[in-house]
Amino acid sequence: MNEREITETHRSDEVGEVNPADSEAIDQAAYWRANLRIMASLLLIWFGVSFGCGILFVDQLNEIQFFGWRLGFWFSQQGAIYVFVLLIFAYVMLMNRLDRRFGLMKED
Amino acid sequence: MSATLLTYGFVALTFGIYIAIALWSRSDSTNEFYVAGGGVHPIANGAATAADWMSAASFLSMAGIIAFEGADGARYLMGWTGGYVLLAFLLAPYLRRFGKFTVPDFVGDRYYSQTARLVAVLCVIFISFTYIAGQMRGVGIVFSRFLEVQIETGVVIGMGIVFFYAVLGGMKGITYTQVAQYCVLIFAYLVPAIYVSILLTGVPLPMLGFGATLADGSGVHLLDKLDGLTTQLGMAAFTEGRKSTVDMFFIVAALMAGTAGLPHVIVRFFTVPDMRAARVSAGYALVFIALLYTTAPAVAAFSRINLIQAVENASYADLPDWFGKWEDSGLLSWVDKNQDGRLQYRGGAAMNPAKPVFVEGRGASGERLVSNELTSNDNELYIDRDIIVLASPEIAQLPNWVVALMAAGGLAAALSTAAGLLLVISSAISHDLIKNTLAKNVTERQELNYARLSAAVAIFIAGLFGIYPPGFVAEVVAFAFGLAAASFFPAIVLGIFSKRVSKEGAIAGMLTGIVFTAGYIIYFKFIDPSANTSEFWWWGISPEGIGTLGMLLNFAVSLSVTRLTHAPPADVQAMVLMIRQPEKGD
Repeated sequence: MNEREITETHRSDEVGEVNPADSEAIDQAAYWRANLRIMASLLLIWFGVSFGCGILFVDQLNEIQFFGWRLGFWFSQQGAIYVFVLLIFAYVMLMNRLDRRFGLMKED
Repeated sequence: MSATLLTYGFVALTFGIYIAIALWSRSDSTNEFYVAGGGVHPIANGAATAADWMSAASFLSMAGIIAFEGADGARYLMGWTGGYVLLAFLLAPYLRRFGKFTVPDFVGDRYYSQTARLVAVLCVIFISFTYIAGQMRGVGIVFSRFLEVQIETGVVIGMGIVFFYAVLGGMKGITYTQVAQYCVLIFAYLVPAIYVSILLTGVPLPMLGFGATLADGSGVHLLDKLDGLTTQLGMAAFTEGRKSTVDMFFIVAALMAGTAGLPHVIVRFFTVPDMRAARVSAGYALVFIALLYTTAPAVAAFSRINLIQAVENASYADLPDWFGKWEDSGLLSWVDKNQDGRLQYRGGAAMNPAKPVFVEGRGASGERLVSNELTSNDNELYIDRDIIVLASPEIAQLPNWVVALMAAGGLAAALSTAAGLLLVISSAISHDLIKNTLAKNVTERQELNYARLSAAVAIFIAGLFGIYPPGFVAEVVAFAFGLAAASFFPAIVLGIFSKRVSKEGAIAGMLTGIVFTAGYIIYFKFIDPSANTSEFWWWGISPEGIGTLGMLLNFAVSLSVTRLTHAPPADVQAMVLMIRQPEKGD
């Protein structure tokens, strides 16, 4: 699966620049799959820091002291929010890279 | 200069700025009125979204809630920020690519159905009105506490200001005033927090300060000290949660999905140039929001510790000035249960009902008397949670100009949210109801007039809600999130991520989600409030978290009904594919 996708995106990458009209369908499906994969991995982190560290495992993490905070408490009141911000910018970066690879971004 | 005079000065100055911006940014077309012409810079939209989003509740009440609930307050911190991740990943870019004006636009087009559009319009109007009533009330309260005018007068002044820039400027006027309002509100929030952080811990950044050691030379961590004080006084330890894990989980999920599904937030992302800008703009919005949201828990911890140290075991005469002031406005009350002339602050409610009902006369120590029945516990203090933010500069003995800032900040938070909501209501009426449903042949000029007219009517109704608050408002506002989570969020996400979901599926899903969520909330809040305890809740889920279950039901029903019905027409499926990627060379 992975291998196929890599070759596919690779191919569409090349074809995409030569003749965009022909590869429209393949382009779109591969682009969408790549987007979903990026999204899924980032949402896993999103779930982990908030629902995981901040709620489900908060008591266990609270046994650990993190500077002046109990770690679970810190995640739920500070850490999760910082990670959320980073996640959105990571998504922006990865998607811009994807857009460039698929020839969807104006070169400047 | 006195605090009141300074407050007048700050408020007049900020109002002057808002009016100047309104005059400069008038809207002349529906495109400008609904989405500010679609050319707003992502950073400007980020700041506008942050002001749009952070309401009177975020500014005035959130730190207070956390101060008294401690660890459990995290549900708002995570819920109201985590939703932006969902918004940036699942909704904002695609809706921007879709490229029309409103949320019902998308629902109606994607589900090729006037019924779906109408369901969406009703949801938008209901959610926005419940939300806006609280904002106008907030405006009135800030006016009455800081400027000593009647709440009613305050609401009318607030209405006048919003009327001016929302009706004239539409989304364009609102966007740029919101940017200004963000600057005002974040400055007003951070300055006292930084001051207090330095006083208590010597660390200027409040986000770090509340994990630092106290500056009194004891070397004790602030939170350890607070945990010690709270347990010593017979209250729950500050950093220890009391809500069940299941309930926290469901509440946070409902707040996150609800945030991402709130129409006035979504529509802000229609104003940026393209889908890439929408993504990055959601990032900026969250940075601006996080600045306040990571400060709030610090303010909460600082205030709680300052409060305990200021009042515990003090005699009435020794209490600081602010105590009497807030006692006069009914937000504080002391009942000397053991007649020792000193205030004991303990766990539990001091009186029944919880809010003091004052009577004429003063007690032995000079405190205001109440007619409430006293409870059997040792707690002698009633304190309203809204005091925490409003009074924290006074409690920490900060200079007058800092105290004065709070009023301008609170007003900025309430007015910016109110304006965003008004615009959503007015566009739902003029665009979705009139232009797309009732009178399809109106000209753009007429539509624009309808938009202005419905904005004006909506402001008037919102003002009435502010002056004569229906008793249920406070109960309902939190549930706007549950309803948004159970209606819009699944319908929009499915509409983007599945080509197959049919109109029957989406409508059945939305109705199931709304009826289930509203039914559960209405039962526990209005029909049988005495049963509103965890032993009667389904699987221990409180009404606050039930939107999550409503959302799951919506997904399940939409997908099942879809399997039994025809696939959407080819042009709708093509539209779904179209919005999934940017235009070439965008």
